[in-house]
Amino acid sequence: MPLSASEMQPILEVRNVAKIYGSAPSGVEALRSIDLAVRPREFLSIVGPSGCGKSTLLKCIAGLETITSGTIKVRGEEISGPPTQMGIVFQRDLLLDWRTVIENVLIISEFRGTRTSELEAKAAELLVRFGLGDFQRRYPWELSGGMRQRAAICRAILDNPELLLMDEPFGALDAMTRDDLNLELARLWQETRKTVVFITHGIQEAVFLSDRVAMMARNPGRIVDIFEIDLPRPRTLEMRDSAEFSAIVHRIRDRFADIGAIRTE
Amino acid sequence: MPKLASSGLVQGAGFLVACVLLWEAIVRLAGVREFLFPAPSTIVMEILNYPGFFARNALYTLLVTLVGFAIALSLGVALAIGIVYSRLLENTLYSLLVALNSIPKVALAPLFVIWLGTEMAPKIAIAVTIAIFAIVVDTVLGLRSVDPETLNMARAARANEWQILRKIRFPSALPSLFAGMKVAISFALVGALVGEFVAGSQGLGHAILLAQGMFDTPRVFASIVILGLMGTILFYLVDALERYMLPWHASHRGVRTAM
Repeated sequence: MPLSASEMQPILEVRNVAKIYGSAPSGVEALRSIDLAVRPREFLSIVGPSGCGKSTLLKCIAGLETITSGTIKVRGEEISGPPTQMGIVFQRDLLLDWRTVIENVLIISEFRGTRTSELEAKAAELLVRFGLGDFQRRYPWELSGGMRQRAAICRAILDNPELLLMDEPFGALDAMTRDDLNLELARLWQETRKTVVFITHGIQEAVFLSDRVAMMARNPGRIVDIFEIDLPRPRTLEMRDSAEFSAIVHRIRDRFADIGAIRTE
Repeated sequence: MPKLASSGLVQGAGFLVACVLLWEAIVRLAGVREFLFPAPSTIVMEILNYPGFFARNALYTLLVTLVGFAIALSLGVALAIGIVYSRLLENTLYSLLVALNSIPKVALAPLFVIWLGTEMAPKIAIAVTIAIFAIVVDTVLGLRSVDPETLNMARAARANEWQILRKIRFPSALPSLFAGMKVAISFALVGALVGEFVAGSQGLGHAILLAQGMFDTPRVFASIVILGLMGTILFYLVDALERYMLPWHASHRGVRTAM
């Protein structure tokens, strides 16, 4: 089936973006000539060592940081501030202590003025889908870390954004919970086909979830390579033991070793 | 936890009762004269013999305290919001407030009498002056200590400043505000009493002054006991309100957890 024009057009276009903190010559170059085009319905991960500017890049795309030069376009329009059709999940769940779980999920709609009783029903459904049905009226402190991050994902996707940005969302979770949420996210993507930009420092996680993996290096923060991940969908946890999976992970790891970002021995 | 709290309460009450009994015993056994140091039983009798007198004066003091507290609370929160959002107000008003706070406010009491007369107004003014600082300082602290990432979460959804204030800054400042309120309610009572000491013809402060002039020590003690009870009850009312309004706050969490 040939792709239509709107499917061909990237939903997110980052062109020659630079970000310098402070002013030259003493300024810190956080990002240098970043070029990235994210296709609609694509799951793209950005992997890199800490300090490579991957979170900064995401904040720039989210309109939360200004860029020093270059352009960022969402649906062909240069952004000024946070794009409206965007949902974002942060490293920490950032749930508000004084709101119950469902009220936390609904807060974005309150900011946008879109809260209705239908949306409330939708939020309840979403929480059930994410295994939080019994916890809707509980407060965040009554939930485990994994449950809290699930609630944060519900908050980000309730308004059905076209573009979902995720900034190391599972970085603070234990390995088992992380696997669990990876699987959940893969399933969510399979069902909704949202465009996702996912930041992580885990190569395995990135390969498992993504259609493409962009690899970043630091000093200055830049994209050094982009890998196509042609593993079959839907993805399963067993796939991570397959030879194809390991081969891709190794390729990316070797590339990081080439540029001196990681040591191999 | 509730079991622990109630056993704490029992210990506290038991200790108080023991102190009162010891006091009674010492006064009686040593034959201390009443105008120097009356026994607890004498003080209780004093209150029971003149219930109308004490009720009238206590109500007056209570009214001054509550009105002063209410004004300090609303004005203090408004000022704090202004200070947090305006660099100009922070540089001017906040610095002025800090400077004014270092003046012993009791010294201002005669001024308020000159300006506002001898009725309730100057007493309320003193109560407000003494109580407001705690409210402003704690609310400013609370409004400022919002996690920057939480603000990013709101900004990513294009929330405006008003929404951020209402839905994020203010609720997250509530624990701080309540800490300020607990200090302020006691300070408002002090302010009311100081006002009554300086001028006027009503209130427990006035009752104490009159009784002192006549060496009516049991009446002075009775007034002090009522003031103590009033202060304690007011404090715990604010505490109860806090528990009711902030069930989510760490300091009130019970044993109920998910896992």
